[in-house]
Amino acid sequence: MRAFVITTIVCFLIYLLLTTGSGSDFLGLWSNIELIFGILLSLIVGFIARTVFVKNNYRLLNPVRWILFLGYLIGPFFFSLAKANLDVAYRVITGKINPGIVKISPGLTTDLGITMLANSITLTPGTLTVDIDEDTNDLYIHWINVDKKALEKKPIDCSYICGSFPQWVRRIVE
Amino acid sequence: MILDILIFVFIGIGLFFNLLAGIGLLRFPDVYTRLHAGTKCTTFGSIFLIGSVVLIGLNMWWENDTNGSVLAIHSAAALIAILLTNPVGAHAIARAAHRSGVQPVGAVIDELAEKRGKTTSDSQTGGD
Repeated sequence: MRAFVITTIVCFLIYLLLTTGSGSDFLGLWSNIELIFGILLSLIVGFIARTVFVKNNYRLLNPVRWILFLGYLIGPFFFSLAKANLDVAYRVITGKINPGIVKISPGLTTDLGITMLANSITLTPGTLTVDIDEDTNDLYIHWINVDKKALEKKPIDCSYICGSFPQWVRRIVE
Repeated sequence: MILDILIFVFIGIGLFFNLLAGIGLLRFPDVYTRLHAGTKCTTFGSIFLIGSVVLIGLNMWWENDTNGSVLAIHSAAALIAILLTNPVGAHAIARAAHRSGVQPVGAVIDELAEKRGKTTSDSQTGGD
Protein backbone atom coordinates (compact mmCIF):
# COMPACT_ATOMS: atom_id res chain seq x y z
CA MET A 1 0.00 0.00 0.00
CA ARG A 2 2.77 2.41 0.96
CA ALA A 3 4.70 1.53 -2.20
CA PHE A 4 1.56 2.10 -4.29
CA VAL A 5 0.98 5.59 -2.80
CA ILE A 6 4.62 6.62 -3.27
CA THR A 7 4.73 5.42 -6.88
CA THR A 8 1.44 7.16 -7.69
CA ILE A 9 2.58 10.48 -6.23
CA VAL A 10 5.91 10.38 -8.05
CA CYS A 11 4.18 9.50 -11.34
CA PHE A 12 1.69 12.32 -10.89
CA LEU A 13 4.45 14.85 -10.17
CA ILE A 14 6.34 13.80 -13.31
CA TYR A 15 3.09 13.99 -15.32
CA LEU A 16 2.50 17.51 -14.00
CA LEU A 17 6.04 18.56 -14.93
CA LEU A 18 5.69 17.24 -18.47
CA THR A 19 2.27 18.82 -19.14
CA THR A 20 2.82 22.41 -18.05
CA GLY A 21 1.33 24.96 -20.38
CA SER A 22 -1.70 22.80 -21.21
CA GLY A 23 -4.23 25.34 -19.94
CA SER A 24 -4.87 28.00 -17.30
CA ASP A 25 -7.37 26.45 -14.88
CA PHE A 26 -4.95 25.36 -12.15
CA LEU A 27 -2.17 27.79 -11.12
CA GLY A 28 -2.20 29.16 -14.66
CA LEU A 29 -0.31 26.16 -16.00
CA TRP A 30 -2.59 23.11 -16.18
CA SER A 31 -6.11 22.49 -17.50
CA ASN A 32 -8.60 20.54 -15.37
CA ILE A 33 -9.00 17.72 -17.89
CA GLU A 34 -5.22 17.23 -17.90
CA LEU A 35 -5.18 16.98 -14.08
CA ILE A 36 -7.98 14.38 -13.99
CA PHE A 37 -6.39 12.32 -16.74
CA GLY A 38 -3.03 12.56 -14.96
CA ILE A 39 -4.49 11.22 -11.71
CA LEU A 40 -6.12 8.30 -13.55
CA LEU A 41 -2.93 7.40 -15.40
CA SER A 42 -0.81 7.73 -12.24
CA LEU A 43 -3.14 5.36 -10.37
CA ILE A 44 -2.83 2.75 -13.13
CA VAL A 45 0.96 3.10 -13.41
CA GLY A 46 1.32 3.14 -9.62
CA PHE A 47 -0.58 -0.13 -9.37
CA ILE A 48 1.48 -1.82 -12.08
CA ALA A 49 4.93 -0.51 -11.14
CA ARG A 50 4.75 -0.48 -7.34
CA THR A 51 6.96 -3.54 -6.83
CA VAL A 52 9.53 -2.33 -9.38
CA PHE A 53 9.83 1.25 -8.16
CA VAL A 54 10.01 0.70 -4.38
CA LYS A 55 12.03 -2.19 -2.98
CA ASN A 56 11.42 -2.29 0.81
CA ASN A 57 13.75 0.65 1.34
CA TYR A 58 12.14 3.85 2.53
CA ARG A 59 15.33 5.72 3.43
CA LEU A 60 14.99 8.04 0.43
CA LEU A 61 11.68 9.41 1.76
CA ASN A 62 13.68 11.57 4.14
CA PRO A 63 13.82 15.14 2.72
CA VAL A 64 17.20 15.74 4.40
CA ARG A 65 18.68 13.24 1.95
CA TRP A 66 17.18 15.11 -1.03
CA ILE A 67 18.74 18.37 0.17
CA LEU A 68 22.06 16.57 0.67
CA PHE A 69 21.77 15.14 -2.85
CA LEU A 70 21.13 18.56 -4.37
CA GLY A 71 24.02 20.02 -2.39
CA TYR A 72 26.23 17.18 -3.59
CA LEU A 73 25.26 17.78 -7.23
CA ILE A 74 25.81 21.53 -7.12
CA GLY A 75 28.88 21.54 -4.86
CA PRO A 76 31.52 18.77 -5.00
CA PHE A 77 30.11 16.98 -8.05
CA PHE A 78 29.94 19.98 -10.35
CA PHE A 79 33.33 21.18 -9.15
CA SER A 80 34.92 17.80 -9.96
CA LEU A 81 33.16 17.73 -13.33
CA ALA A 82 34.65 21.11 -14.23
CA LYS A 83 38.08 19.97 -13.02
CA ALA A 84 37.75 16.75 -15.04
CA ASN A 85 37.07 18.70 -18.20
CA LEU A 86 40.06 20.99 -17.74
CA ASP A 87 42.13 17.85 -17.08
CA VAL A 88 40.90 16.17 -20.27
CA ALA A 89 41.47 19.41 -22.18
CA TYR A 90 45.07 19.44 -20.96
CA ARG A 91 45.59 15.82 -22.00
CA VAL A 92 43.91 16.31 -25.39
CA ILE A 93 46.22 19.22 -26.17
CA THR A 94 49.50 17.81 -24.80
CA GLY A 95 48.85 14.08 -25.37
CA LYS A 96 50.47 13.12 -22.03
CA ILE A 97 48.86 9.96 -20.63
CA ASN A 98 49.96 7.30 -18.16
CA PRO A 99 46.99 4.93 -17.95
CA GLY A 100 46.23 1.84 -15.90
CA ILE A 101 43.35 -0.16 -14.44
CA VAL A 102 43.24 -0.24 -10.64
CA LYS A 103 40.92 -1.74 -8.05
CA ILE A 104 39.29 0.19 -5.19
CA SER A 105 37.06 -1.00 -2.34
CA PRO A 106 34.69 1.84 -1.45
CA GLY A 107 32.85 -0.28 1.13
CA LEU A 108 29.30 0.57 0.01
CA THR A 109 26.60 -2.08 0.35
CA THR A 110 23.45 -1.06 -1.56
CA ASP A 111 23.01 -1.27 -5.33
CA LEU A 112 21.82 2.33 -5.55
CA GLY A 113 24.87 3.58 -3.65
CA ILE A 114 27.36 1.69 -5.79
CA THR A 115 25.59 2.86 -8.98
CA MET A 116 25.77 6.47 -7.84
CA LEU A 117 29.43 6.18 -6.92
CA ALA A 118 30.33 4.49 -10.23
CA ASN A 119 28.53 7.19 -12.22
CA SER A 120 30.20 9.93 -10.20
CA ILE A 121 33.62 8.34 -10.73
CA THR A 122 33.08 8.14 -14.49
CA LEU A 123 32.28 11.84 -14.67
CA THR A 124 35.15 13.04 -12.46
CA PRO A 125 38.85 13.70 -13.13
CA GLY A 126 40.74 11.10 -15.13
CA THR A 127 38.78 8.03 -14.05
CA LEU A 128 36.34 5.64 -15.78
CA THR A 129 34.55 2.69 -14.20
CA VAL A 130 35.36 -0.42 -16.25
CA ASP A 131 34.01 -3.31 -14.19
CA ILE A 132 32.46 -4.21 -10.86
CA ASP A 133 32.93 -7.26 -8.66
CA GLU A 134 29.36 -8.02 -7.68
CA ASP A 135 30.25 -10.18 -4.67
CA THR A 136 32.41 -7.65 -2.85
CA ASN A 137 31.24 -4.38 -4.52
CA ASP A 138 34.80 -3.56 -5.58
CA LEU A 139 35.18 -1.26 -8.57
CA TYR A 140 37.79 -1.54 -11.33
CA ILE A 141 38.74 1.92 -12.50
CA HIS A 142 40.60 2.96 -15.65
CA TRP A 143 42.83 5.77 -14.47
CA ILE A 144 44.29 8.02 -17.14
CA ASN A 145 47.22 9.29 -15.06
CA VAL A 146 48.30 6.67 -12.51
CA ASP A 147 49.87 8.14 -9.38
CA LYS A 148 53.03 6.19 -8.43
CA LYS A 149 52.50 6.95 -4.74
CA ALA A 150 49.03 5.37 -4.78
CA LEU A 151 50.36 2.05 -6.10
CA GLU A 152 52.60 1.43 -3.08
CA LYS A 153 49.72 0.36 -0.85
CA LYS A 154 47.18 -2.34 -1.87
CA PRO A 155 44.23 -2.04 -2.13
CA ILE A 156 44.49 1.53 -3.34
CA ASP A 157 43.18 4.26 -1.09
CA CYS A 158 39.82 5.60 -2.40
CA SER A 159 40.82 9.21 -1.76
CA TYR A 160 43.27 9.14 -4.69
CA ILE A 161 40.49 8.31 -7.13
CA CYS A 162 37.24 9.76 -5.89
CA GLY A 163 38.05 12.14 -3.04
CA SER A 164 35.22 12.34 -0.52
CA PHE A 165 32.55 10.81 -2.80
CA PRO A 166 32.06 7.55 -0.81
CA GLN A 167 31.28 9.54 2.34
CA TRP A 168 28.78 11.71 0.46
CA VAL A 169 27.11 8.70 -1.15
CA ARG A 170 26.93 6.93 2.21
CA ARG A 171 25.26 9.96 3.77
CA ILE A 172 22.77 10.27 0.90
CA VAL A 173 21.59 6.72 0.23
CA GLU A 174 22.78 4.39 3.00
CA MET B 1 20.59 42.27 -22.67
CA ILE B 2 22.67 40.72 -19.86
CA LEU B 3 20.62 37.55 -20.26
CA ASP B 4 21.41 37.43 -23.98
CA ILE B 5 25.13 37.73 -23.27
CA LEU B 6 24.88 35.00 -20.61
CA ILE B 7 23.09 32.70 -23.07
CA PHE B 8 25.76 33.25 -25.72
CA VAL B 9 28.53 32.62 -23.17
CA PHE B 10 26.83 29.34 -22.15
CA ILE B 11 26.52 28.24 -25.79
CA GLY B 12 30.17 29.13 -26.34
CA ILE B 13 31.37 27.08 -23.36
CA GLY B 14 29.20 24.14 -24.40
CA LEU B 15 30.44 24.21 -27.99
CA PHE B 16 34.07 24.46 -26.85
CA PHE B 17 33.83 21.36 -24.68
CA ASN B 18 31.91 19.35 -27.27
CA LEU B 19 34.57 20.28 -29.83
CA LEU B 20 37.22 19.17 -27.33
CA ALA B 21 35.46 15.81 -27.04
CA GLY B 22 35.65 15.42 -30.82
CA ILE B 23 39.37 16.25 -30.91
CA GLY B 24 39.96 13.88 -28.00
CA LEU B 25 38.28 11.05 -29.89
CA LEU B 26 40.75 11.57 -32.73
CA ARG B 27 43.91 12.09 -30.66
CA PHE B 28 43.77 9.48 -27.89
CA PRO B 29 45.31 6.05 -28.59
CA ASP B 30 42.78 3.45 -27.36
CA VAL B 31 39.13 2.89 -26.52
CA TYR B 32 39.38 3.65 -22.79
CA THR B 33 41.09 7.01 -23.12
CA ARG B 34 38.73 7.90 -25.96
CA LEU B 35 35.80 7.15 -23.66
CA HIS B 36 37.29 9.60 -21.15
CA ALA B 37 37.03 12.37 -23.73
CA GLY B 38 33.69 11.15 -25.07
CA THR B 39 31.85 11.07 -21.74
CA LYS B 40 33.20 13.87 -19.57
CA CYS B 41 33.42 16.57 -22.22
CA THR B 42 30.07 15.84 -23.86
CA THR B 43 28.32 15.79 -20.48
CA PHE B 44 29.85 19.08 -19.40
CA GLY B 45 29.20 20.66 -22.80
CA SER B 46 25.59 19.46 -22.81
CA ILE B 47 25.01 20.93 -19.33
CA PHE B 48 25.89 24.36 -20.68
CA LEU B 49 24.08 24.01 -24.01
CA ILE B 50 20.90 22.81 -22.30
CA GLY B 51 21.40 25.42 -19.59
CA SER B 52 21.19 28.13 -22.22
CA VAL B 53 17.94 26.63 -23.58
CA VAL B 54 16.54 26.50 -20.03
CA LEU B 55 17.45 30.17 -19.57
CA ILE B 56 15.62 31.09 -22.78
CA GLY B 57 12.59 29.10 -21.60
CA LEU B 58 12.58 30.70 -18.15
CA ASN B 59 12.84 34.12 -19.75
CA MET B 60 9.80 33.38 -21.98
CA TRP B 61 7.94 32.11 -18.90
CA TRP B 62 8.82 35.29 -17.00
CA GLU B 63 7.21 37.26 -19.83
CA ASN B 64 3.95 35.26 -19.34
CA ASP B 65 4.37 32.85 -22.23
CA THR B 66 3.60 29.40 -20.80
CA ASN B 67 5.28 27.74 -23.79
CA GLY B 68 8.49 28.82 -22.08
CA SER B 69 7.75 26.49 -19.16
CA VAL B 70 7.40 23.57 -21.59
CA LEU B 71 10.74 24.45 -23.17
CA ALA B 72 12.56 24.82 -19.85
CA ILE B 73 11.18 21.73 -18.12
CA HIS B 74 11.51 19.40 -21.08
CA SER B 75 15.09 20.51 -21.70
CA ALA B 76 15.89 19.96 -18.02
CA ALA B 77 14.41 16.45 -18.29
CA ALA B 78 16.69 15.79 -21.28
CA LEU B 79 19.66 16.99 -19.22
CA ILE B 80 18.80 14.60 -16.37
CA ALA B 81 18.54 11.74 -18.88
CA ILE B 82 21.97 12.60 -20.31
CA LEU B 83 23.51 12.82 -16.82
CA LEU B 84 22.13 9.38 -15.93
CA THR B 85 22.77 7.48 -19.17
CA ASN B 86 26.12 8.88 -20.34
CA PRO B 87 28.30 7.30 -17.61
CA VAL B 88 26.32 4.05 -17.75
CA GLY B 89 26.86 3.80 -21.50
CA ALA B 90 30.57 4.52 -21.12
CA HIS B 91 30.83 1.84 -18.44
CA ALA B 92 29.04 -0.68 -20.70
CA ILE B 93 31.37 0.02 -23.63
CA ALA B 94 34.50 -0.14 -21.44
CA ARG B 95 33.38 -3.40 -19.84
CA ALA B 96 32.57 -4.97 -23.20
CA ALA B 97 35.92 -3.84 -24.61
CA HIS B 98 37.84 -5.32 -21.69
CA ARG B 99 35.90 -8.57 -21.91
CA SER B 100 36.72 -8.93 -25.59
CA GLY B 101 40.41 -8.60 -24.78
CA VAL B 102 41.26 -4.99 -25.68
CA GLN B 103 44.36 -4.03 -23.67
CA PRO B 104 44.79 -0.44 -22.50
CA VAL B 105 47.65 1.10 -24.50
CA GLY B 106 50.71 1.87 -22.40
CA ALA B 107 49.15 0.66 -19.16
CA VAL B 108 51.41 0.62 -16.12
CA ILE B 109 49.04 -1.67 -14.19
CA ASP B 110 45.96 -3.78 -15.08
CA GLU B 111 44.46 -5.34 -11.96
CA LEU B 112 41.29 -6.40 -13.76
CA ALA B 113 43.24 -8.56 -16.25
CA GLU B 114 45.19 -10.06 -13.32
CA LYS B 115 41.97 -10.95 -11.52
CA ARG B 116 40.34 -12.33 -14.66
CA GLY B 117 43.42 -14.42 -15.51
CA LYS B 118 43.34 -15.89 -12.01
CA THR B 119 39.67 -16.89 -12.11
CA THR B 120 39.87 -18.44 -15.59
CA SER B 121 42.88 -20.60 -14.69
CA ASP B 122 41.19 -21.69 -11.45
CA SER B 123 37.78 -22.71 -12.72
CA GLN B 124 37.99 -22.64 -16.56
CA THR B 125 34.64 -20.87 -16.76
CA GLY B 126 35.86 -17.75 -18.54
CA GLY B 127 33.52 -15.40 -16.74
CA ASP B 128 29.77 -15.28 -16.86
